[in-house]
Amino acid sequence: MNRMEWLANLTPTQQFVLFSVVKIIFAVAILMPIIAYAVLVERRLCAFIQDRVGPNRVGPFGLLQPLADGAKAILKEDFTPEHVRKVYYWLAPALCMIPALLTLAVIPFGSNLGNSNNRMVIADLNVGILYTFGIVSLGVYGIVLAGYAANSKYSFLGGIRSSAQMISYEIAMGMSVIPVFMLVGSLNLSAVIDYQAGRIPDPETGRLIQHSSGLLSWLVFKQPLAFLIFLVAAFAETNRLPFDLPESEQELVGGYNTEYSSMKFALFFMGEYANVILSSAMMVTLFFGGWTLPVFGLEQPADSLGKGLLHIGIFLGKMAAFLILFIWVRWMLPRFRYDQLMDLGWRRFIPLALANIVVTAILLWVRA
Amino acid sequence: MDQLTQYIPVLILVVVAVCFAFGMLIISVLFGQKGRRDQIKDTPYECGMQPVGEGSTRLSVKFYLVAMLFILFDIEVVFLYPWAVVYKDMLRDHANLIFGSMITFLGILFVGYIYALKKGAFDWKR
Repeated sequence: MNRMEWLANLTPTQQFVLFSVVKIIFAVAILMPIIAYAVLVERRLCAFIQDRVGPNRVGPFGLLQPLADGAKAILKEDFTPEHVRKVYYWLAPALCMIPALLTLAVIPFGSNLGNSNNRMVIADLNVGILYTFGIVSLGVYGIVLAGYAANSKYSFLGGIRSSAQMISYEIAMGMSVIPVFMLVGSLNLSAVIDYQAGRIPDPETGRLIQHSSGLLSWLVFKQPLAFLIFLVAAFAETNRLPFDLPESEQELVGGYNTEYSSMKFALFFMGEYANVILSSAMMVTLFFGGWTLPVFGLEQPADSLGKGLLHIGIFLGKMAAFLILFIWVRWMLPRFRYDQLMDLGWRRFIPLALANIVVTAILLWVRA
Repeated sequence: MDQLTQYIPVLILVVVAVCFAFGMLIISVLFGQKGRRDQIKDTPYECGMQPVGEGSTRLSVKFYLVAMLFILFDIEVVFLYPWAVVYKDMLRDHANLIFGSMITFLGILFVGYIYALKKGAFDWKR
């Protein structure tokens, strides 16, 4: 009881900060193993697809492989070649990792634990999606700086290609989700999930009213085109196959990370996987109902601890499904050519996304 | 809760992320093997060939064009967001105003897009 009194004596702001710190530690502590095991799952799955065995020696089924990889990355020689631009060379891997972690802030990964009003989201910002896009745009700096800093042709070409690709698809990505927010009427990501669970604010009072909902109220069924564009743009933004031109091994060796070794190389790798995981999380939140399931009352915020944990589990499960999709696509599709990639972004997706906005606007206008 | 308090967790997360990223770099410096240096190890990697010319070569002006187009279109996308948020609310009282003004904006955007298209700005093979 003594501990609870101490907690109750804090001002609301202090309590808020304390809970935030706990949530951040919790979220990062969950994200890190997911990144590590995403790499293992990728290697095992690709081996399975190519009829090989894959890493299975470290621990049962190779389950300790991520630990071994981490130890290896730390113990390898941290080599800084003579020809690089030193400051940027050191800054680039960190700049690649930081935005990837920052995107975590606005993603609602669960409802709440028990009866408390603590929503399971690190920062429930009212500008939610704008924050995400702002931070995701910063990700391009790490890669461009890496390409520039290494002072080597492969890195430079990889960095340039990557910047062109990432900024091109950012427009398509930004436009594709606008119809979603026209329907929801808020940029807050918790509001997007509420909308998909049928909790729509009343126009006069602003209080949430429960409408009937089901699987079909997920936004993927209301905005399939938006989801498709967002999905493809997410592949391009995270530099994954079929759009992995920045690091295409056959022509650019490794692209922007050619001159990197040891932990700096590993940071680029972790940054990429963190981006993949967080864009999966974004897709789950925006289009697949986030932590809700339209059965057994799971679309309502939790009223007990077990249900709260179940919501987090549902969210992680949906996210894992997208992660598998990312990996599956990587080993199934060949790489695009550079002009095809730019063509798809600028000539196909931007007009399509614009048309989607106009059609949604007209539909809502006619209905009003 | 006021507007700025919302951002305290973001600030904490920034600190955590920066510490994590640079902490990893420092750990690898502390525990990494110390190897020898020689001239060959210091050359840029070019598949074992002697590097020819500068590391940062001149690049096509095409990439500059991509950057310009990005800035133009991205600003227009940002303008679309506030509209998207208030659209449903505004439809109840000022339906034709909000609809008409945004269709005009999108129309102008589309004309600009067609202009860039016809000028060959999206002709990546050239």
